[in-house]
Amino acid sequence: MTLVESSAAELLGQLGAGETSSREITQACLDRTESHDAQVGAFLRVDADAALAQADAIDKRRAAGETLGPLAGLPVAVKDLLCQQGEPTTCASRMLENFRPPYDSTVVAKLREADAVLLGRTNMDEFAMGGSTENSAFQPTRNPWDLKRSPGGSSGGAAACVAAGMAPLSIGTDTGGSIRQPSAFCGVVGMKPTYGRVSRFGLVAFASSLDQVGPIAGSVTDTALLLDAIAGHCERDSTSLDVAKPNYLQDIDKPLDGLRLGVVTEHFGKGLDPEVESAVRAAIAAYEGQGAEIVELSLPHSKHAVATYYVIAPCEASSNLARYDGAHYGYRTEERAMLAQLQADRKAAQEAGDEQALDDIDTALVRMYRQSRSEAIGPEVKRRIMLGAYALSAGYYDAYYLKALKVRRLIRQDFDQAFEKVDLIIGPTTAAPAPELGQFDNDPLGMYLLDLYTVSANLAGLPAMSLPCGQSKSGLPIGLQLHAPPLEEARLLRAARMFEQSGAWETKRCEL
Amino acid sequence: MSISRADVEKVALLARLTLTEDEAQQMTRQLNDIVTYVDHLSEVDTEGVEPMAHAVEVHNVLRPDVVRDSLPRDQALANAPKHSGVGYLVPAVLGD
Repeated sequence: MTLVESSAAELLGQLGAGETSSREITQACLDRTESHDAQVGAFLRVDADAALAQADAIDKRRAAGETLGPLAGLPVAVKDLLCQQGEPTTCASRMLENFRPPYDSTVVAKLREADAVLLGRTNMDEFAMGGSTENSAFQPTRNPWDLKRSPGGSSGGAAACVAAGMAPLSIGTDTGGSIRQPSAFCGVVGMKPTYGRVSRFGLVAFASSLDQVGPIAGSVTDTALLLDAIAGHCERDSTSLDVAKPNYLQDIDKPLDGLRLGVVTEHFGKGLDPEVESAVRAAIAAYEGQGAEIVELSLPHSKHAVATYYVIAPCEASSNLARYDGAHYGYRTEERAMLAQLQADRKAAQEAGDEQALDDIDTALVRMYRQSRSEAIGPEVKRRIMLGAYALSAGYYDAYYLKALKVRRLIRQDFDQAFEKVDLIIGPTTAAPAPELGQFDNDPLGMYLLDLYTVSANLAGLPAMSLPCGQSKSGLPIGLQLHAPPLEEARLLRAARMFEQSGAWETKRCEL
Repeated sequence: MSISRADVEKVALLARLTLTEDEAQQMTRQLNDIVTYVDHLSEVDTEGVEPMAHAVEVHNVLRPDVVRDSLPRDQALANAPKHSGVGYLVPAVLGD
């Protein structure tokens, strides 16, 4: 088995036994990226020299007998949404094309403490808004299983680089499914932890009450390994949970006795692709074969989850993205031309004697804001800012935002009641395998409906993960989703590992 | 509720965006589609339900009142499109 085909856990074993070095592993990832990323487009930037220098430093410390961190020598790809000191952090937006954060996000700092090699920065939908990675201002990412198809999004680059063997481990973020959905489409494992489990400090905000950082990897154990390195309380994030972090690897191979799995009636309704349904049903049967009890249940408000999400997330986004004002950082319009045009507009209105038009002309500062934002922000992000600003504006706040917050509680209560009867909820991650690129170009609502099964976990703040459970006849991966009660990531991982160990589905490598 | 072209113009000003004619037309159509979809929320009975703004309802997270270093000025200004070395520069706000 080559280095890029090995799991992170296997690589750690080889590193510990002195059979390979971090330089060799890092070089193998860089070579793979060099030869295949022109097709896939998973990375926005790779700094080979910097990565190799980190690898060499870790190899040297290992040779000197120093105690190393839990990811020592393993390359990790980071979604271009997490601040890394001095390195461009663009969020795949023209707005932040030249932004270099003055500090590390907590997750990047923890990766450094764990002695990981920071391999490069992965592509995404602009500001994490979208489900296809086509909304990147710089490049689309293609699905390694079928280059005509989307890898999903918004962490499309993060999932695609793992599927393509360019990185064993990858960091994504998930606001409405942005880790789980691309993981399902790319045939890899991804987890959105409990809200507050992983620090959001230094994560560029999209919807602050929903955003969560999480791991993407090629296996359940590797996912646990990465989660273990990034989870934990952080005093710089006031929403971070001040609770003890279990060791996620400790009991991961131990099957869960007397596991009760909830199957949600609403997850198997209209719109579910028959191939996805049969793969998920087969996975449920595999759990039954291991002694799990299957409990049919209902989440009656789940049908309102997408609507609730597409009120709350844009409202928070419109507020969060107000910071891009062209003054403090980010893009600013060419000022001289803007001021000249402003003067010309005023003169024209004066000469026409049009008082109203003269009144309507923005001040220089407001025009600078509007023009900078409009030139540097892409269409999907504009749409969500507009939607949020509308829903929050006078006269609509109660009907939309406040209403959505109430439905959000009902969605959470459905889960709380369900988890009185079951330990985990099992179902599909997405209703269908990866869509073709361009399929939703003029249909934003159609794209939003892709989030049907994933948004509830964000609204309720629950941990959830996706793992491969099958393949369509045309060879596209199918994802199985598991939901757990808050803070039960260890239970999720053990259950996911049970499925892997059952042998019911063996993830194949994608041929590039 | 339907969104008019005038609503879109008003919201664009609130959001500090300027839309081209084409963008404004397309935005009006797309926002109407989305708002029609989310209007289904009005059918949900939420009588007596408390709004839920956060999944984890933690309040008043405090830390010891100790003075710490803050971001040095040069680093805070380093990403600004235009600065004077002591502050951010923007087009004239007063006397405009």
